[in-house]
Amino acid sequence: MIFVILKDIAILSAISTILALVMVLAQRWLSNYGTCKIDINGKRDVSVIGGSSLLSSLSEKQIFLPSACGGRGSCAACKCKVLSGGGPVLPTERPLLSKEELAAGNIRLACQVKVKSDISIEIPSSIFNIRRYHATIAEIIDYTYDIKGITFKFDDGEKIDFLAGQYVQLETEPYPEMKQRVVRAYSISSKPEINDALQLIIRYVPDGICTTWVHKYLKVGDKVSLTGPYGDFYLRETDADIIFVAGGSGKAPIKSILEHLQIVGTTRKMTYFFGARTVRDLYLTDEFKALEDVFPDFKYEPVLSQPDPNDNWSGKTGFVMPYFKETIRDPKNTEAYLCGSPGMINAVTKALMDNGLAKEKIYYDSFG
Amino acid sequence: MDISAFVLFWAAIFTSNILLTNFLGMCSYLSVSREVESSFGLGIAVMFVLTVTAALNWLVYNYVLVPFNIVYLQFIVFIIVIAAFVQFLELVIERYVPALYYTLGIFLPLITVNCAIFGVSLFMVIRDYSFLQSIAFGAGSGLGWLLAILMLAAIRRKLKEKLVPTGLQGVGISLIITGIMALAFVGFSGIVQIQ
Repeated sequence: MIFVILKDIAILSAISTILALVMVLAQRWLSNYGTCKIDINGKRDVSVIGGSSLLSSLSEKQIFLPSACGGRGSCAACKCKVLSGGGPVLPTERPLLSKEELAAGNIRLACQVKVKSDISIEIPSSIFNIRRYHATIAEIIDYTYDIKGITFKFDDGEKIDFLAGQYVQLETEPYPEMKQRVVRAYSISSKPEINDALQLIIRYVPDGICTTWVHKYLKVGDKVSLTGPYGDFYLRETDADIIFVAGGSGKAPIKSILEHLQIVGTTRKMTYFFGARTVRDLYLTDEFKALEDVFPDFKYEPVLSQPDPNDNWSGKTGFVMPYFKETIRDPKNTEAYLCGSPGMINAVTKALMDNGLAKEKIYYDSFG
Repeated sequence: MDISAFVLFWAAIFTSNILLTNFLGMCSYLSVSREVESSFGLGIAVMFVLTVTAALNWLVYNYVLVPFNIVYLQFIVFIIVIAAFVQFLELVIERYVPALYYTLGIFLPLITVNCAIFGVSLFMVIRDYSFLQSIAFGAGSGLGWLLAILMLAAIRRKLKEKLVPTGLQGVGISLIITGIMALAFVGFSGIVQIQ
């Protein structure tokens, strides 16, 4: 009896083993795409092991395309031009490509394109400047009850070269509630003249994976990893008047731009509207007020939408939009720099255009 | 079973449609039939997998299970064979037809647990089919399943513009339609009987 059972078990195991073996061999043989060459802008070749996505293959070679969703195909930040070898546009990419991009047919999401053969792509050359930085937390400042300023010091002589207003991507470490690593984008709030460290201003979002980690677990001395710099939101070097509009942690890139201007000097007329709800949400107010004496023509205008009666707020109230009219001197010669939620960006852009600003002179960094 | 493979093929499509007479493979039938395109994709995949797994399982049954006298393990073995084959198919499609992989790829894991596929393998054993009969029965059942899901998807497309009572929307009305379709298919059953 026992032998019959053992025999049956053996045969069942044998069948399973044979099938598993077939699968392993198939995987070896079918999923092995060998070494593939990625030709970048016709100037540079990198060789990678085929089979994984273009985005991760490139990042293995220290070429970092921006990606806010971590390769899940939902943020469309990793768009690039695939000239050949990318295969057809996939259904997962379609919803994120515009009509023009679909018509062109070679704009793809790098996270969805798999490298299975030699492939040739085109990416902006500024991407080469992007790399991974290893840093140690040097300082954490509580700006408000929900906003922290965190200073990252780079390890052994790593140096960053960025334009005031650009952003970096911070990679989280696993923590008790979240075992996975995620990548999130934050604007640099320190000036580009400091290149061995940088500061980010991060607001706590309830249940936010990265902000929970930053606010609850991150402490001075922790090691983290960042990539950057990314983004086309940076100060344009013209003589035009400037309107800055940014509330909450959106102050970060504006702080970087103003601190940079403080060093290089400027005579441009500048006004910064900082929208907040109550006095509790204001931070760095004295520092920014002090800049009014540094620059020949700079105004810092905090605007509170719901000031608490106990605060005795004597400054501007309501939304920022009604104040644009009295501020704009020459709409044809005025640039605007906005940083905030998509809703705020849309409303402010509309108000600025109603006041005569050209759409292409309104620069913004939108975060959801 | 004394019936030609050719007759069996047609019988499996019309008189003993695996879905409409045995109600097998209902879950993916109901959930995917919202769109005609994906229904067609899934139907083709089911047809292909059904045909091949019927053949594979016939070989395994007659050359492994029967000689070693472990027919009672057929349920487990059939499922392992189906799962391995689907996995294998997934790899092949990903390698050679990436576009198809992204339209069909999401359905392949669904197929592994599609009762129609397992059901065909079991019927083939119970009814004592020959190798050729098994392949014909598998292919016919697959085609029948494709036909049924395409019909439902087409009807559901029309249904989008119609007023359906709240309680019957979605799966409810789909099951009623399936029942009526099944009644229509019973009309074919006088032509040939295979069970």
